[in-house]
Amino acid sequence: MISLNVNGRHYDLDVPDEMPLLWALRDVAGLTGTKYGCGAGLCGACTVHVDGRPQRSCVMPVAAARGKTIATIEGLSPDRSHALQKAWIAEQVPQCGYCQSGQLMAAAALLARNANPSDDEIDAAMTNVCICGTYDGIRAAIHRAAVPTRKP
Amino acid sequence: MSAALSRSDFVKWTASFAGSFVLLAGRDGVLTPAKAQAAADFSPNAWLRIHPDDTISVFINRSEMGQGVMTGLPTLVAEELDVPLARMTVEVASPAPQYLYPGQREMSTGGSVSLRSSWKPLRQAGANARAMLVQAAAQRWSVDPVSLTTRDGKVVHAASNRSATYGSLAAAAAKLPLPSDVALKVPEQFALIGKRGTQRLDVPSKVDGSAHYGIDVKVPGMRYAAIARCPVFGGTVKRFDANQAKAIKGVLDAVQISRGVAVIADNTWAAFRGRDALVVEWDEGPRAGNESAAMFAEAERLARDPSRSTATTKRGDVSSLSGRSLDAIYYGPFLAHATLEPMNATAYVRDDSCEIWAPTQAQSRAQAAAMRITGLPAEKIVIHTTMLGGGFGRRLQSDYIEEAVELSKAIKAPVKVTWSRADDLQHDFYRPMIVDVMRGVLDAGGRIAGLSCAAYGDSGSEVADATYQIPNLLVTTVAADHGVPTGAWRAPNANWTAFVMESFLDELAHAAGQDPVAFRLAHLLPDSAAAACLKLAAQRANWGTARAGISQGVALGFWNGSTCATVADVALNGSMPKVRRVTAAVAVGIAVNPEIVVAQTRSGVNYGLSAALRSKITLKNGRVEQANFDTYPVMRIAEAPAIDVAIVPSDASPTGIGELGVPAIAPAVSNAIFAATGKRIRRLPFSDAQDA
Repeated sequence: MISLNVNGRHYDLDVPDEMPLLWALRDVAGLTGTKYGCGAGLCGACTVHVDGRPQRSCVMPVAAARGKTIATIEGLSPDRSHALQKAWIAEQVPQCGYCQSGQLMAAAALLARNANPSDDEIDAAMTNVCICGTYDGIRAAIHRAAVPTRKP
Repeated sequence: MSAALSRSDFVKWTASFAGSFVLLAGRDGVLTPAKAQAAADFSPNAWLRIHPDDTISVFINRSEMGQGVMTGLPTLVAEELDVPLARMTVEVASPAPQYLYPGQREMSTGGSVSLRSSWKPLRQAGANARAMLVQAAAQRWSVDPVSLTTRDGKVVHAASNRSATYGSLAAAAAKLPLPSDVALKVPEQFALIGKRGTQRLDVPSKVDGSAHYGIDVKVPGMRYAAIARCPVFGGTVKRFDANQAKAIKGVLDAVQISRGVAVIADNTWAAFRGRDALVVEWDEGPRAGNESAAMFAEAERLARDPSRSTATTKRGDVSSLSGRSLDAIYYGPFLAHATLEPMNATAYVRDDSCEIWAPTQAQSRAQAAAMRITGLPAEKIVIHTTMLGGGFGRRLQSDYIEEAVELSKAIKAPVKVTWSRADDLQHDFYRPMIVDVMRGVLDAGGRIAGLSCAAYGDSGSEVADATYQIPNLLVTTVAADHGVPTGAWRAPNANWTAFVMESFLDELAHAAGQDPVAFRLAHLLPDSAAAACLKLAAQRANWGTARAGISQGVALGFWNGSTCATVADVALNGSMPKVRRVTAAVAVGIAVNPEIVVAQTRSGVNYGLSAALRSKITLKNGRVEQANFDTYPVMRIAEAPAIDVAIVPSDASPTGIGELGVPAIAPAVSNAIFAATGKRIRRLPFSDAQDA
C-alpha cells in the first residue's frame, strides 16, 4: 500500500512500488486527466507537479512520490480559474486536446519560477509534444497569462 | 455485476458552457450520462432534442479529433434555430440509418467533408424545428405565425410583448406535423456563421482534464489488455509461453487472438509488462526480408518500367514533344500518424449485445467488423465515440477495435486494449512510400509544354487533379506490392504529390528563368481560387522583398475542393531549415467559424512540416525500426513557425479545412532552401536530404 498526497487529497493505493506514477494516477486513483503518450519521458503528455516541479509521471516510480506533494491537471484549479486555464480558453488553444493537460502543467511550472518568460525561455521549458500543432496558441496563452496587465 | 449496463453506466461526453450543464465523464470515475430522452422533449428529427429546461441536445455523425466538428456542426443548427450555441450539448451518435445524410453510405470522419456534408441537412433540421416552435407559439397565443420572431431560444410576439422559451413550447411543438421545406437563411441573415468570437464547445473540458478520451474509459468489471503482434507484417503466432507473464502481479491471463497474443491484467501497466514478458514464436511469413533501401530501389525500377504501369491520366502526347526538358526523381518515406493518444478501444460483448467505446473515425466500419466477429445484427452493436486524441486518418481503420471485440468475446468481460507508443508506430497503416519519376518539357516561350509522372504507389492523382493549364500530361502508376499496411494519412495522396508537383514546378520555373509565383500564375486560370490564393499569400508575405538571412519558397496545395497557397520564410540552421514564418492563404467557401479555419490551417502546416523535417518509418528485417519519439522525432514549439493565415472571402457553400494546410508546406520549405542554396531536395525528410 502506498500513500500519496494528490491535489491535497490523501490516497492509499495498492500498487507495486515500481508502477509508474502515471498509471497509479490513471488506473488506480481514477485521475485520468494526466495522459499516456510515450512511456519514456519523451512527449510530456503525463506532466504533473511533484513538490512544485514539473515531472514526467510515466518515468517516475510511484514509490518515489511517497511523502511528496503531487498536483495533477485536476488540481490546477477547481473551476478553470487558473490564469493559464483562462488564457488557454481565451486563446482557444486546444484542438484534439490530448496533450493539453501536460502542456498546462508544464506552463504552470514555468510561470511559477519565471513570471514573465521570453519566447526563448518558453522554447526551452515547453518541450511537450503537440501533434495537432497548437504551438502558436500555447505561446500566445503563456504570454497572456504571464503579464497581468495584458489581460482583457 | 448485472448482465446489462444501465444507461447511467455508459461513458458519455457532453460539453457546454452553460454553468450547471458542463459536466463531463471521467473525473474520479464518475460518469455523467447524456440527457435521456423524456416525454416532454421535442425531437423533430434525429439531430436535435429540445428539453423542457431549455437545454438542447444535438447529435452529430462525425468524430471530434481537434478539427472542430463538435462546434462547427451544432453552429449550423443554432444558426437556423436562433439559439445560443452555448446552450447546446453535443453527442456523437451511434451508427444507425437515421444518422446518415441523404446519399451518405457510412458513418465516418475523413476527407474534410464533415462541414460540407452537414451544411444543408443540419441547417434544415434547425430551420424545421424553429418553424414548429413558432407554430406552437402562434397556436398558444392565437396569433398569425408571421407576426412572430425568434431570438435567444425564445419565440417573441413584439406586438403584445409576449415571449416563450423553446423549452416551454417543446411539448406543444412535438404534437405538430413535421414541415419539410422551410426556407433557410441567406448569408446576410447569419448571426453565427462566418462570425468571429464563437467559443469552441470542447475547449473547457480540454483545459481541466475532464475531456473523455478512449484511453480514459472505465466500465464496471473492465479488464486491461496489451497485445503482442508479429513484428513482421502479415506474420502469425506459432506458439507462445505465458508463464513469465503470468508471474507478474496484476496479470490475469494470456489469450491468443487473430492479431497476436493478448495479456489480460487488472491495470494497463501490468498488461504492458506482461506483454513484454511473453515468449512468442512467430511465423514471420514472406515479408521478413523487407529492407527500406532495397524497397526504394525496387520501387524505382518498377516506376521506370512502362510495361508494368498503367496510365491514369493522359492528355495530349508528352513523348512527342521537343524542347528543353528536365528529369527528376522524388522519393517519399512511409510515415506514421503518431496520434498522441495511442490506439485503444474498449469492448463488452455479451450474448445479445456488443458495446464499444472507442476514439474512432469509422463507426460504420467498426460496427460492421463487430458484426462479423460477434454474429450480432447492427442494431445490437452500440458504439460510444469518445473524444479522439488525434486522428489524421489512422482511426479510419478498425483493427484496434476488432482486437477489443474479439478479446471481450473470448474472455466474456469488458476489456480495454491499450497500445504502447511502440505498438502505435510499428503497427500503423502508413502513409505509403512513394517514388515519382518526373519529366517536364518547356516550350520556346518558357511555358510548360508537357509533364509526365511515373509513380510507384498511391500517388500521381494530385498531379492529374491540379488546376495548372498544361497541354500535354501523362500520369502512370504501378501498384505497390511491399506488404506494408498503408492507409489514409492527413490529405491522402496530396500530402506527397504536392511535394513532387510543386517542387518540380519550381525546378521548371528556375529553368525557364522565371519568378516562381509569376510562373505559377502563368499556368493558372486568372479567376481561379488557386490564382486568388497565390496572389493573396504573396502579397501578405511580401514575396520578393529581400531580407538578410531569409529565403522564401512558395507552393500551392489542393484538397477536395479547397485551395491553399503557402509561402515559407526560411533560414538555414546548419544544413537544416529553420522555418521562421509561414503565410497561408486559403479558399474554403464560406468560413463557418473563421477561428477554426485559422487553427486548422496552422495545424495542417505544422503537421506537414513536422513530418517533412525529420519523420520517416524505415524497415529492417521486415521490422519497423522506429519505436518512440526519440527515433521518430516530431516538431516541438522551438521549431514551430509563426503562421499567418488569410481566408479568401466567400459566400459559397463551405468545403473543408481539416487537411488543407498539409500538402503545400513541405514544397514551400524545399523551394526556399533551393532559393538560398541552389540545392534541390528530392527526398524527404529534410534531415535525410542533408546527409545525401
